[in-house]
Amino acid sequence: MRYLPLTPADRATMLARIGVDNIDALFCDVPAEALQAGPIAGLPAHASEMAVERHMGRLAGENLSAGAAPFFLGAGAYKHHIPASVDHLIQRGEFLTAYTPYQPEIAQGTLQVLFEFQTQVARLLGTDIANASLYDGSTACWEAIAMAHRVTKRKKSILTGGLHPHYVATAQTMARFTDDVLVAQAPVLSGDAEDGAIIAAIDGETSAVVVQYPDILGRIPDLAAIAAAAQAHGALLIAVVTEPVALGLLEAPGALGADIVVGEGQSLGVGLQFGGPYLGLFGCREKFLRQIPGRLCGETLDAEGRRSFVLTLSTREQHIRREKATSNICTNSGLCALAFSIHMSLLGGAGLERLARINHGKAQALAAAVATVPGVSVLNDAYFNEFTVILPKDAREVVDALAERDILGGVPLGRLYAETPALANGLLLTATECTSDEDIAALVAALKEVL
Amino acid sequence: MNAPNASGWRPEMGEAGAILPATVSGDHGLNLEEKLIFELAAPGTYGVDFDDADVAPAPALGKFLRKAAPALPGLTEPEVVRHYTRLSRQNYAIDLGPFPLGSCTMKHNPRLNEKVARMAGFADVHPLQPTQTVQGALKVITQLADWLMALTGMPAVAMTPKAGAHGELCGLLCIRAALTARGEERPVVLVPESAHGTNPATAAFAGFRVENIPATEDGRVDVAALTARLGPDIAGVMITNPNTCGLFERDLKTISDAVHAAGGYVYCDGANFNAIVGKVRPGDLGVDAMHINLHKTFSTPHGGGGPGSGPVVLSAALAPFAPLPFATLDADGVAHLVEEGDAHDHGHPNSFGRMTAFHGQMGMFTRALTYILSHGADGLRQVSEDAVLNANYILRELEDVLDAPFAAYGPCMHEALFSDNGMAEGFSTLDIAKGLIDEGFHPMTVYFPLVVHGAMLVEPTETESKAGTDRLIASLRSLAERGRAGDVTLKSAPHYTPRRRVDETLAARKPKLVWKD
Repeated sequence: MRYLPLTPADRATMLARIGVDNIDALFCDVPAEALQAGPIAGLPAHASEMAVERHMGRLAGENLSAGAAPFFLGAGAYKHHIPASVDHLIQRGEFLTAYTPYQPEIAQGTLQVLFEFQTQVARLLGTDIANASLYDGSTACWEAIAMAHRVTKRKKSILTGGLHPHYVATAQTMARFTDDVLVAQAPVLSGDAEDGAIIAAIDGETSAVVVQYPDILGRIPDLAAIAAAAQAHGALLIAVVTEPVALGLLEAPGALGADIVVGEGQSLGVGLQFGGPYLGLFGCREKFLRQIPGRLCGETLDAEGRRSFVLTLSTREQHIRREKATSNICTNSGLCALAFSIHMSLLGGAGLERLARINHGKAQALAAAVATVPGVSVLNDAYFNEFTVILPKDAREVVDALAERDILGGVPLGRLYAETPALANGLLLTATECTSDEDIAALVAALKEVL
Repeated sequence: MNAPNASGWRPEMGEAGAILPATVSGDHGLNLEEKLIFELAAPGTYGVDFDDADVAPAPALGKFLRKAAPALPGLTEPEVVRHYTRLSRQNYAIDLGPFPLGSCTMKHNPRLNEKVARMAGFADVHPLQPTQTVQGALKVITQLADWLMALTGMPAVAMTPKAGAHGELCGLLCIRAALTARGEERPVVLVPESAHGTNPATAAFAGFRVENIPATEDGRVDVAALTARLGPDIAGVMITNPNTCGLFERDLKTISDAVHAAGGYVYCDGANFNAIVGKVRPGDLGVDAMHINLHKTFSTPHGGGGPGSGPVVLSAALAPFAPLPFATLDADGVAHLVEEGDAHDHGHPNSFGRMTAFHGQMGMFTRALTYILSHGADGLRQVSEDAVLNANYILRELEDVLDAPFAAYGPCMHEALFSDNGMAEGFSTLDIAKGLIDEGFHPMTVYFPLVVHGAMLVEPTETESKAGTDRLIASLRSLAERGRAGDVTLKSAPHYTPRRRVDETLAARKPKLVWKD
């Protein structure tokens, strides 16, 4: 009970002050049949700090962590080195344990971070403006589709075959309940992205085209051509970036004509964490300002004329507009945004470019090495730090066999596309700055054994 | 005006700092002015050392190589450490003092939780690793799920929602899917006036039409109005319990029975579950779905706005429609992750689908489970009892100086509700809130719930000591007296902060969301 400061004497004094005999007198509005007589049955009693740490440590020990094995997974979650100062700074109690900055006079620290974050994200994505983050990339992708619907007053969105299947599934779930029509194209293993087929599908009913950059198979679509085609029909281009490190080397989607750019910010500062919390990035053209979902931080002045920051444009939000809000979201990924922003401040544009070059170089080394394994072919011509290889057998079996050798050998496409047998032999491989030459050699040797 | 009061406040404690000399730096000792990173950085600088790794001479990027590096400022490590440390000192936080925020619940964040969440086996595992390599991570999910089901008396739980509002969406999508499975179109969801703004926004996002249900004079849902509106077009109701007036909805079981009899479902906003955890199981009150904000009840840190986590417990009627993926523990002790490919094989063919890319907020699950194991079933019961005790103590200690509209209608639960009724002409809740900042506390929740004019919602939580609560009471008492007396210095509060009152209107009228050279 080390977290509870009231003593038995305090409790007795306070009950007397309130004028009741016992604590259950304060629960008198709970129907008697619903009030538990003692602690809820079947659950253990409290445990010491040491005992809890031992229990959780045992559970942690049952996992093979990415840093403890040659590791080649990506597909929307990436292992990057996080500078020690990032985690140190986000653990400062003034950031970690602060509330939503609704009282700006005592939350300028968080608010200035959010303003800096918005600027960093807008510059990275190549958009005019950005919000203060959403839950993750997949929900940000749906919010972008919903916003395109509000902007264009059209309901049909084209989801290209290269969009992460979990992002497609998330959008499809929501669209079923909002009467949006999503035309989800099937992924195909035919060399580089079929930009022509996407362009041909756009018509006057189209609200938005959603294109991942680089896509789920690691290919790099021609955003400029798709943007031009979409805009010629009055539709928006939504670009989705699951690996923001790629933007250290690739042209920013906004600069290529994307109207809305969303992304997963996990790569910078956040860590793998078995899938969450992650960080949804959201940037767009300035003319859509009042249609943006989520939280926005703006610059203003205080009563003495000093530069200050405040949450703003809350008339879009649920606590003011209730059922007419742009979104039901009432939070952001504040601490993850802070981690991202610190990591980005350490990198700057020059550091991000250097990091991206190293990632790309490692991926090229990995691609060249696995191509030497008999029966393995590399699908992509162009890629950043992940690419698809075609194996002579089911990739899930191969990955399981690699795991038995303590190698975390990529994401089998069969895991992502369980109902598409044509993709079963595809394996998505990723390299980052954390990938060593020894890791690559270990993978190649193990692949030769298991294939 | 400006008469001394019983709490010791004196008129000369008013306007401060009027004759301070200016400084060149803008700093006043530890009262810091911090530039933006864009104003601090030098071009081409960075604060990360990279291995001298091979960088491929010929990029395989097609034609998309960018012409110049992104225009992002870089700083060296010492500059970054100072920048963020200095910024951190302009924040109030629970580590510095109480946040008596009704319905938002800010409690102590144990550091053991942080230590556990950073164990490599949790922090450094990928969501798509082969499941045999993440057995411990999956067991964290199933263990936490088991506790949530036991504490709520519900047979199922969906763990993937990423925040409370996302959990609301999950619950309403389950209701939509259940109605569809029954072949029924029920377009309307009933939401009481006192509901969080997320409730109507969520119902609208899930494709429902929202109709309001009024509150009674004693701060609860008007049962007669609600039951009168039930019918074949009603999908369900969304009720917060304990509610946003700080009261227990004593008729919830009656309401649930009536809604079920009319073919609808009951959604309970579980934001205030921290006041009844270990004492009341919402399942016993007929609830079909309820989200649990892990930070509110189970102490995961708020982080200046997030991330949250909003698991949703479900009744047997809604469980078949719960989202993918989810973790299960087989009889032989092997944890399994059920995804699209094998949902059928695991007897879950009717899921409404996926609502986020991966498995939810794992980093929050480890923290919440650590907290739950630390408290145990006995400790969690003590948590809600102490939270309710502290809130009622505040209500009783202040009801003579602050209007307490529902104090006559039974004990409050986790939070005490006051209003600005009785303040001098021109003085409102906002002045009390800003004055509380000068007293060294974060303001309480203000102007909510909307059913009370000038509402002030004070929630101490269980992690405040009696001495600390007494200090908060003394400050609120003093402020109430100053508000009643019309103390003009209150109108310009706060005075002892990095910034004085911030112009929110200017920010909205001329939005400036990014820095420009």
